[in-house]
Formats: sequence, structure tokens, C-alpha cells
Amino acid sequence: VEASASPRPRGRWRDVLEERRFLAPVLISPAVLYIGLLIGAPLGLAIYLSFTDATAGSLTGDWVGLRNYTEEWGSENFRRALRNTILFTLVSQAIVLVGAAILAHWLVKDFPGKWFLRFLILLPWAAPVSLGTIGWLWIFESTLSVVNWTAVRLQTGPLDALGIDLVDPLDPPQWLGRPNLAMASIIAVHAWRILPFATVIFIAGLASIPAEVDDAAKIDGATGLKKLFYVTLPLQLPIALVALLFGIVFTATDITVVYILTNGGPFNQTQMLTMWAFQTGIRGSSLGAGAAISLYLLPILVFVSVGMLWFARRAEVT
Amino acid sequence: MWARSKQNVFAWLVVGPFAIVLAFPFYWMLMTSLKTNGDLYNVENVPFVFNEAEATATERLPLKDQEWLPLGVENITTSNYEFIFRETKYVDWLQNTALLGLVVVLITLALALPAGYALARLSGGWGQSAGVGIFLTYLVPPTLLFLPLSRVVAELGLQDRLWSLILVYPSFTVPFSTWLLMGFFKTIPPELEDAAMIDGASRLMALVRVVFPISLPGILTVVIFSFSLVVNEFIYAVTFISTSDARTVSSGVPLELIRGDVYFWQSLMAATLIPSIPLALLYNAFLDRFIAGFTGGAFR
Repeated sequence: VEASASPRPRGRWRDVLEERRFLAPVLISPAVLYIGLLIGAPLGLAIYLSFTDATAGSLTGDWVGLRNYTEEWGSENFRRALRNTILFTLVSQAIVLVGAAILAHWLVKDFPGKWFLRFLILLPWAAPVSLGTIGWLWIFESTLSVVNWTAVRLQTGPLDALGIDLVDPLDPPQWLGRPNLAMASIIAVHAWRILPFATVIFIAGLASIPAEVDDAAKIDGATGLKKLFYVTLPLQLPIALVALLFGIVFTATDITVVYILTNGGPFNQTQMLTMWAFQTGIRGSSLGAGAAISLYLLPILVFVSVGMLWFARRAEVT
Repeated sequence: MWARSKQNVFAWLVVGPFAIVLAFPFYWMLMTSLKTNGDLYNVENVPFVFNEAEATATERLPLKDQEWLPLGVENITTSNYEFIFRETKYVDWLQNTALLGLVVVLITLALALPAGYALARLSGGWGQSAGVGIFLTYLVPPTLLFLPLSRVVAELGLQDRLWSLILVYPSFTVPFSTWLLMGFFKTIPPELEDAAMIDGASRLMALVRVVFPISLPGILTVVIFSFSLVVNEFIYAVTFISTSDARTVSSGVPLELIRGDVYFWQSLMAATLIPSIPLALLYNAFLDRFIAGFTGGAFR
């Protein structure tokens, strides 16, 4: 908690605005009002709409109770979207955490050319996500995919020589055309996108470990793996949790990657909650049902928010 | 000395492959955007370099005679870039994005500067909680709000107008910026304002004359990151705007330049590369300050 400014004679506070008990709310309330109007109110509206049969073109509808929720819960597309969202979030976050831990471990050190590597690593996060994803759309293209070009050359060259059969040169993988491959592609692209962000947070966490800890570990004879497991990793755990919580929100609620790569296809096989909500609510004009679908994301947000609060409290105490 | 250089080699061996994979799509955008049709669509060609091919009538080859250039660079064409600037609404989208970014950043600063300062200095115990509360709203995603907001925007008659985005975008830049600014203001010693106020300045004057000028690096960081959030935003732009004139770069390129099954890959790649590079450079320049502000807020 910030220590309050040193006491000054009360006579100096002539103007009402100089009184901090008035000034603070005056300075804070515009931001709070804006956020309340544009996040709180729409969130409330979303909850209201999810209990109605509202369609595009009106802001109200007839009250239908939980029907939107139960109907969606029973629908095959929704179930698949839910499963995919969970799979998408868990797998891409697992990849991101491992990658970020490795990258941050090396990037906190100084070595020649570090700034250049760091620039390359940050590109996916700095570039607009929809544009970066179009780059992948081209990389996964059905006939001119560079991945397939390389794979086929490897197969007909060294892999054939070794007797390994991975790729059919006449029918290379259709990355976005087969359900499982398409899911894997979406997961990979999103991990590609989030990894730089998680790395940045990890670096911040490592940088905040005081040098004395390092020295103390050295004096106690902890080196190499021992130091990693007993000193560095436990100290890194809180910041890793922050990166994970952010990553979960950014991933579970993302629509851009799936929108651009597959649009939920082929045949709704890569449907996500966000994409399904968009297709139901905007393209299908069923505002109420769409709102209900997206609100199935709310438990994830509540979970993450509680995690963040717990973390902030803990940080305050220490 | 020896241990040091061994460590350097290790660092490159570990980080290098990651860097290659993460940066590859951008290398690929650059290569593709400079290729001629004859080169790109010939499956016999090695795609990692530029290959000689018969140029079509509209393709200009500015380096045609420079055969000493490596990797077949003499075969590049700039026509794909000319195409997106001349034949598409790309320039409009760039302008829309720049204007949108500018206005949203101004609104963000007007709201987040006072709030961040007050949370850092004036509010005492409940300030921390309020700060965390504001920050948590950043976690409420556009994908949860775009459906109700699409109706609100329609009711207000803002559909297909940039104003709809100007209204809505601060809802995600303000929480994030308030948090960052709160962190920055906490690092400034309160004695500075106290000194100014003892010299007769009011708190607001001390704020504008003393605190804001020394916070300039922090404020610039917030400007850069808010701007990049605006350029990144996708789903609001897709939902609220359906006329091509009013689109932003991040919605215009995927929605207007990709048409059915006909892809103009080269100009598409040029269009994705142009906004990405300056944004990435700015991002890098301010990254260290961003980390300091982000962790300075409370996660320390």
C-alpha cells in the first residue's frame, strides 16, 4: 500500500478539490463510468438477452427462461465447440508455458545479438493478430503450402533413404481441410501468437528475483538442476501463474484465429464457443441464443478473476 | 571467458530455433509479396528464393538487370504493393486505423491519466482494490460483449461508422492503461509534488506541470500499447462495420481482400506486412518500460 504523503498543515487545503477525499473520486469516476457503461452494461444486457428469444433488429424479446442455455447444451455443434475450446485452451497453453520458460531462461541473460533474437521472437505478438493469421492461411494453403513443399522434398529425399514414410508426396496433408489437422493448426497458430507475450511476462518475473537470492543459492552450493528446481522454479511460480491466467483468457475467448483459418469448418468440426456465438448471433440473427453461447465462457473468466485477486492479495502481503 | 562464450553459443542454439519458427511467417510474407505470378504459381520452383519467370503485362521488375544479386532478388516485382495501394481501399483502411487509433488514444489518456494518478496516490487503502477491479474488467473479452454492443451501436445509429469503434474501443484500452499508469506513478516520489505544492501550486497544477512531464516515458508506453490494441482489434470491427470504406486494416484485409476462393496471395501478404513491421519496431522500443509498468502495478 502506498504510504500517504507527509502531513501538511490543514490550512493549505482551501479548495474543495485539494481535499483528497473529494479529488480522488473526481479523478477516478470518469474512467469508472466509461468502463461501467461499456463493459458492465453490455455484460448485463448479454445476460438479459440470453434469457430471451431476441433476434437481430431488436434489443428485446420474449422471456424464455433457460431455454437458450438448455437448447444449446443439447446441440451437437455447441458440444463440439465447448470440447474444442477446452482442448484449444489447454494444449496451446501447455505449449506456451514450456516454450516461455525456456525462452525467458535464456533471454534474461546477456549475450551478443540478443536484441535481434528478441525482436524476432516478439513479432507474432506485436503484429496485428488477424494479419499474422492470414500469413498462416497462406503457409497452410492446400496446393502451394510451403510446409508441404518442404515435407515432400524431405520425404522424397532423406526420409525415403532412411526408409521412413511420413508424408505421401502425391497427397500431402490438407492442414485446414481435415478436422484433426485443422484443430492442430489452430492450436499451433494461437500458441505462436501467445508465446511472445508469456515470454515477456516470464522475463519480468525472472528479472524481479533479487540478485541476493542467486548469491545465497550459490553460497549454499545449489547449482545447475538443483538450483533450477529448488530456487528458480518456485520463485517463478507466481509469475508463471499470471502468464497462465492471462493466456487462458486470451485463448478461450479468442475468435480471430479460428475465424480466419477455418471459420469453424470443415463441417463445424473446429467450431469454438466464440465462433459459434458469432455464427448464431450475427449470421444466424439469433441474438438470445448467441448471447447464451458466449456466456458459457463466463465461468472461465470468473475462475481467472478469482485467481488474479488471490494473486494480487498475496503480492500485497509480501 | 571460455565458459562465457560457451554460454553464448548455447543461448543461440536454444533461442535461435524459436526465433526462426516465430519469425518465419513474416519472412514468408515478405518473400511472397515480392514474387511474380509466374514464379509463385510454378510448383517446380524452390519457394525460398525468387525464380525467373515470364512477367505479365502489369508486373514491373525494377531490378531485372542486377543479376549479381543473391537468391534471385533480381526477379522481384513491386507490382503487388502498387496493386493494393492503387486498386483496393487499403489506403482508406490505413487512414481509418490511424485516425481511430489517434482518437482512442486521446480518449484513453483523458480518462486513464487522472484515474491512474488518483489510484496511485490519493485513494489510500481502497485504491489498490479499485485498481485491481479496473484491471479485471480488462479480462472481460470482446467476444462476450460484441452481441449486445452490436445492438446498442445499431440503436445509436452508429453502424458502419468509425464512431462506433471510437466509442467502444476505450472500453478495453482504459482498464489496461489505468493499470499501467498507476504502476508508473507509484515509481515517482511524492516529494516532487509536495515541493511544488509548498511553492504554491495546486495539486492539479503540480500534476500537470511536474508529474506528467517526468512520467512522459510511461505515458508514451501507454500510447504505444493502446494504439497497438486498437490496430489489433478484430471482432468489433467485423461486427459493427460492413461497408468497405469504413473498415480498419485488421478487418479490411481479411474480409475484403480475401474473396471467395480467389486469393491474390502476393498483394494479400504485402497488405499484412506493411502495418506489422512499424508496429513491431515500436513495440520493441517500449517493451522494457512496458514490463516495468506492468509488474510495478502490483504483481511484484
